[in-house]
Amino acid sequence: MVRTPEANREQFRPTDHPNESFLLTTVVGSYPKPKWLNRADELVDDPDSKFDADDLAEAHDDASRLITHEHERSGLDTVVDGEMRRNEMVEFFADRIDGYEFNGPVKVWGHNYFDKPSVAEEVAYDEPWLVDEFAFTTNVAERPVKMPITGPYTLGFWAFNEAYPSTEELVYDLADLVNEEVEKLVEAGARYIQIDEPALATTPEDHAIVGEALDRIVSGIPEEVRIGLHVCYGDYSRIYPEINDYPIDEFDVELCNGDYEQIPTFEDPAFEPDLALGVVDAHTAEVEPVEAIKANIREGLRVVPPEKLTVSPDCGLKLLPREVAYGKTENMVTAVREVEAEIDAGEIDVDVPLADD
Amino acid sequence: MTERVAATPGLYPLPDRAKATLSDLKGHQKGDLLSGDEDETAATEYDEVRAALVDDQLDAGLDRICEGQARWDDMIAHPLTVHDAVETGGIVRYYDNNNFYRDPRVTGELGFSGDVARELEAATEALAAGESDADAPLSATLPGPYSLADLATDEHYGDDAGFLTAIADFLAGEVAAFPDHETLFLLEPSLVTNPPTTGEESTAANAIRTVADATDAEVVVHTYWGALGEKLYAHLVDEAGADALGLDLVTGDRDDTVYNVQEYGATDSLALGLVDGQNTFVEDVETIAERVEWFEGKVPVQGFETTYLTPNTGLFYLPENKYREKLAALAAGTEVLT
Repeated sequence: MVRTPEANREQFRPTDHPNESFLLTTVVGSYPKPKWLNRADELVDDPDSKFDADDLAEAHDDASRLITHEHERSGLDTVVDGEMRRNEMVEFFADRIDGYEFNGPVKVWGHNYFDKPSVAEEVAYDEPWLVDEFAFTTNVAERPVKMPITGPYTLGFWAFNEAYPSTEELVYDLADLVNEEVEKLVEAGARYIQIDEPALATTPEDHAIVGEALDRIVSGIPEEVRIGLHVCYGDYSRIYPEINDYPIDEFDVELCNGDYEQIPTFEDPAFEPDLALGVVDAHTAEVEPVEAIKANIREGLRVVPPEKLTVSPDCGLKLLPREVAYGKTENMVTAVREVEAEIDAGEIDVDVPLADD
Repeated sequence: MTERVAATPGLYPLPDRAKATLSDLKGHQKGDLLSGDEDETAATEYDEVRAALVDDQLDAGLDRICEGQARWDDMIAHPLTVHDAVETGGIVRYYDNNNFYRDPRVTGELGFSGDVARELEAATEALAAGESDADAPLSATLPGPYSLADLATDEHYGDDAGFLTAIADFLAGEVAAFPDHETLFLLEPSLVTNPPTTGEESTAANAIRTVADATDAEVVVHTYWGALGEKLYAHLVDEAGADALGLDLVTGDRDDTVYNVQEYGATDSLALGLVDGQNTFVEDVETIAERVEWFEGKVPVQGFETTYLTPNTGLFYLPENKYREKLAALAAGTEVLT
């Protein structure tokens, strides 16, 4: 059953917010790394270089500060540090969880490889995964910080399972560890957590496993903490309306990429969590004009009223050139603020959002 | 007395060194994937990889040596994606795996290619030149016609049956040009994942027979990712021209597979998928031997001519170290039984 999004949404409204309406703006998480950071990541492995782990930590801090501020400059209501410290969405966590081991890269397609880890024994919590990242980011940010975490279903199914009789059992153990991490983040002050489950898109028939895992993740997490779920690239009709039963505040979808053909899926029955709608494409290198993005935002109003609509890019923007990623984010925020003003002025009928002004 | 033979359906991972070298040489994007006319530098690199993969198998003690299919960027769609009458479309998902291949859009008559035959000629040379004292005959690998048609898009032939026939004729032409080979593995996962509709089982089996008839070698029609439907299984046993059906004892319900064999009999030989090609967990030698004995104990026939002990799938899913350990386990498991 859905959590209570209305209990935690207002805390993200900036004090100087210009409109009565408030569509929460956010990002999915990853952002292009500055070129120098990629070089720094390589340099630390070069035995001939004097660049050491402390230097890399400093570089990560610098990049995290830079991208957090870049997000704030674009006007976002909630920000992320662009995941500057993370290499890959499974590897980063597998590296920090006892029970995983790495054997080497495996093929994804062509000459693109992934250091797919193996779960060689029961997983266990060792050191915190993201508490330092949160503490640093929230310290340099003026706006509230959102923390994306790769979800247990993806951490389980995108690894080799050597240790558990079924990967489903592995997923539930991982969900307990994610719960432990979320508790630590909440203790450190985090109020906005996003669980990323891209693996669900490839096996939608497993939606009940993800639901059970989410129950474990949110166990004991107070209602002022906003819990989002991001699932990208899929046939959402395979997991809707089941997601209405998930214990989440917000469901984040990628629909710009498919030109909103799947919007009607969410219109009936009524969408229960808040909708976080992707309104710029994460896989095209052209910055969408503000007017086009405004039309995309209206698509979201077909599903939920403004007070339940969050706006974000389709997915993480890390594969785009950085100036394109920034341009998309900035135009997105501009479009949202214009749509809010038009709703306030009665120029957009929220009951018939696609009607001409 | 059943002969036990350690063999694999091929599709090996590139050695890590070659992963780096070839991605630097070729690039990471869709347009950089193999088109079949790679330049001298890439060709030399692939020759070295092929020799290394042959040596891996000889060192492990396999009874059949495959070419390794290191050039198959698009997995079993490779024979089409390098074909002149095929345009490669977008990157699409490979079955329900977290892998992708270029959609082969067949836009013209599928004439003779010779690409796989050239690989096998090179593998024959690599086998002859191998440093190992061990020796074993060559095993060829191709997609089966049903799976290849399933993975491709027809923009030329116009109807499903005609397309399947054209793919089968094309593959048969390729096989006819192969150098000497002891076995031919035809990989047919689509028979499980997307089986022919009721009434179309014979069409699929006949297409396979077209390819099987093009060689004197032992033909293994290798299926995986679960048990075959029983009606389809029966048609394949009788009509596909296979010396052995390959059956997956790792994924899906192996009791269904046992039931098929009990109920409908089997080809003279069988290939048993005993080692998980998609998990880094390396099976014990005893486990592999026990799985063979468990299976043979369940089925009524007195003994097969040959039982091929194989991984269920190709091994490219695995990191390099685990792939080698799997080869060694398979060979050792076979040794225990003989």
